[in-house]
Amino acid sequence: MGEEVNSGHIVVMGGSAGSYTPLVSVLKRLSPGFSIPIIIVLHRLRNVESEIDKLLSMALGRDKIKEPEDKENIQPGYIYLAPRNYHLLVEENGCFGLDYSELVDYSRPSINITMQSVASVYQENVTGVLLSGANSDGASGLLSVSRHGGTAIVQSPATCEYATMPQAALNINTKALILSPEKIAVVLNGLSAKI
Amino acid sequence: MTEEKNISNDELKELQELVLYRYGYDFSQYSKASFVRRVLRFFEVAGVASFYDFKYNLVNNKEFFAFFLENVTVNVTEMFRDPSFYRGLREKVLPALATYPVIKIWHAGCATGEEVFSMCILLEEAGLLSRSIIYATDINPKNLDQAKKGIIPLTAMKEYIQNYHLSGGRQDFSSYYTARYDNVLIKKELRKNIVFSQHNLVTDYAFNEFQLVLCRNVMIYFEKELQNRVMHLFYDSLPSGGYLALGIKESLLFTDVRWKFETVDAASKIFRRKT
Ligand SMILES: C[S@@+](CC[C@H](N)C(=O)[O-])C[C@H]1O[C@@H](n2cnc3c(N)ncnc32)[C@H](O)[C@@H]1O
Repeated sequence: MGEEVNSGHIVVMGGSAGSYTPLVSVLKRLSPGFSIPIIIVLHRLRNVESEIDKLLSMALGRDKIKEPEDKENIQPGYIYLAPRNYHLLVEENGCFGLDYSELVDYSRPSINITMQSVASVYQENVTGVLLSGANSDGASGLLSVSRHGGTAIVQSPATCEYATMPQAALNINTKALILSPEKIAVVLNGLSAKI
Repeated sequence: MTEEKNISNDELKELQELVLYRYGYDFSQYSKASFVRRVLRFFEVAGVASFYDFKYNLVNNKEFFAFFLENVTVNVTEMFRDPSFYRGLREKVLPALATYPVIKIWHAGCATGEEVFSMCILLEEAGLLSRSIIYATDINPKNLDQAKKGIIPLTAMKEYIQNYHLSGGRQDFSSYYTARYDNVLIKKELRKNIVFSQHNLVTDYAFNEFQLVLCRNVMIYFEKELQNRVMHLFYDSLPSGGYLALGIKESLLFTDVRWKFETVDAASKIFRRKT
């Protein structure tokens, strides 16, 4: 209430087994001025602490990579990482909401849930990216991105360590672009140039 | 593929008003994204055919509302969720609690009790359980009924045992329960100082003073203004020096009582009322 409704562009990425390397490969290639917020959902152990945010910071040599807290505003220039053991949602007023509800397809965070939530709030201003993984999470989320008019991208199965996840998304989504990590970065940089 | 189901903003508002006027529960300040997910999930579970169908049942059928209430809140919980948090409690909070002759603790939003049982285990191991009173409250009566039984599904135990050890627990975890078929029963002696009762953080007031209040993963379902109200309620329930524990990704940042608390353990989200 009284807060700005966020209508800028947003990127949401999901990945599971074998997704860390392509993820770094995409993020490394982003132009220095890339300021569109990026939300990343990776499958990880629920009650074991892991410091993927710090790992990514080191691999990319940059800051502004963080796990959001509940009700934190989504800000340009930041890379957000879904915290372990929560589903990550976005609210209409442009902040994050955390949700500790049932596992979805054995996962919490669930890629589907975050992608659906982002798509329903940001509509066509979403670029969704699904990377390597050995399950089918993300398929319906990415479809939701397409249905709301956003751009859906899957990592080309040939470049995936585990192609099950991108393949599952492709099976139900004819609009998705199929790209290597290098090309995904090109598309994302293109977005940034347009704005 | 079926179309994605949704509910319009107007329908949502109508639903909230109906539930408030007919049954006295106010969900109008629950975070929209998760609340809508819950409502849609309920429609599915209850086989609701249309919004009209839903309204009709809600108005005319008390049991239908009870079922709605059971399902609309997120009731998920775990024993020793976030092991590092429990380590923080052991090391930084329990030694201070030990100085009180009677220790009063409040779990606000206790769900089916797993967090409360974990606390009882910590207190027992610190030799404090016998002089502790643990108030466990929730909006959802179904959760409280379940919590009072002290029963936990066996399938979850493997993870809880692991959590317990990660939290610094050194005992044989299986000494705290007895296995019965597909469930375990938490030992009665561990549960005897727990007082369960219904309390709604949205509309009810402070009811006692506690040395420690825990409210974890409950306020994530509230919008900022409601979070603020509830934080005042907790402030009023704590003496100076009293402890407050929130979920690992929750903060005091958006509330106007933030200046009145100091941080005890930043990563575990444990705070302390200043004066
Ligand atoms: C996700 S569970 C958290 C359980 C436990 N604290 C934990 O972290 O594992 C959320 C609980 O908050 C309760 N709750 C939701 N709204 C509430 C309200 N207005 N007043 C009290 N409890 C509420 C729900 O019924 C549910 O049991």
